[in-house]
Amino acid sequence: MCDNCGCANVEPFDIIPMHSGTAVAEHHHGHSHGDGHHHHHHDDEPHHEHVHAHEHHTHTLPVHLSLLQKNDRLAERNRGYLKARRIFAINIVSSPGAGKTALIANTLERLAPTLPAAVIVGDLETANDAARLRDKGAPVVQVTTGTVCHLDADMVAHALEHLPLEGRQLLIIENVGNLVCPASYDLGEALRVVLISVTEGEDKPLKYPPIFHGAGVVIISKTDMLAASGLDIEKLHRNIRAVAPDAEILELCARTGEGMDQWIALLHSLAAEHGL
Amino acid sequence: MHEISIMQSALELAEDHARQAGATTISRISLRVGIVSGVVPEAMQFAFDVLRRNTMADSATLEIEAIPGVFRCSGCGGVFTLQDLRFDCPSCHGLLSMEGGGADLELAQLELS
Repeated sequence: MCDNCGCANVEPFDIIPMHSGTAVAEHHHGHSHGDGHHHHHHDDEPHHEHVHAHEHHTHTLPVHLSLLQKNDRLAERNRGYLKARRIFAINIVSSPGAGKTALIANTLERLAPTLPAAVIVGDLETANDAARLRDKGAPVVQVTTGTVCHLDADMVAHALEHLPLEGRQLLIIENVGNLVCPASYDLGEALRVVLISVTEGEDKPLKYPPIFHGAGVVIISKTDMLAASGLDIEKLHRNIRAVAPDAEILELCARTGEGMDQWIALLHSLAAEHGL
Repeated sequence: MHEISIMQSALELAEDHARQAGATTISRISLRVGIVSGVVPEAMQFAFDVLRRNTMADSATLEIEAIPGVFRCSGCGGVFTLQDLRFDCPSCHGLLSMEGGGADLELAQLELS
């Protein structure tokens, strides 16, 4: 039965093509009728023919609101809060195992005297990463998301309530290891950093464009394993550039410290640009 | 998997607007989904089919308009507006670079009754 008008014998539909340029499958009526059904009561009242409109009251309402408006609003609130406290926030995203925690641990050690930081760590379960970072001289809050595959602005807002920010100039947010979902969620950060290790292959930026597209900095990590990995690093650079034309690209190894100086210098200059 | 929560927000937003407009039923929900929004249209459709039950959109249809991105070829310099995330130039097979667009993710309109 047709939900618009109650008429029967309508072809069911179950496929909605979603390639644009293709018409979206509409409800196919096996018959046509105009705006009103004409009922002729000529038997009862032969001199009186009236038409009553069978009104459907269907109308189109333009909305044009972001589906992420709730998160975006909370993210803006986080951004305003951090700006007011003069804290530069970065959101670090990568696949699981690309070396986010190692990078943050090394970064905290180097930054402690000059750019004191605080850390929010997101994982589905365990506080192991927070424990790894806790003795690096920065306050750390772990967010365990349960089954949620990304951090969102609300989780960050709650984490901020538990984070002593006095005297801190940098907030490092370690997102859940995932190259898909975190792309859609603004946390209120000033900069998104995407980490990709040399073992992940040259094509990763082309396979996961949304997350790389929004990056301000892309870090190629674990460069000590470059030779063994067989990676064509020039090709990886070209592919990153294709998806994120304006991103800074750095190569480093958090374990050996190679390339860490450039990363620390970049953090200082970006923080300075933010008035710190 | 985040399409489930995004679709849930879309339905809540749609129901709020429908109620404010004095409607009882939503017969169509139209979304605009950009190619770098991080959202997969097929997963949105799946989430919609699951979540629409017992809402004002119980018997609604979902319409998804894919919003293209603008790409420039590093080889021939050609500029292309593409509906698919691809990085090989349709003209010379050089590497395409994303210039902009395609980030949209919005509830565009509703058909109410």
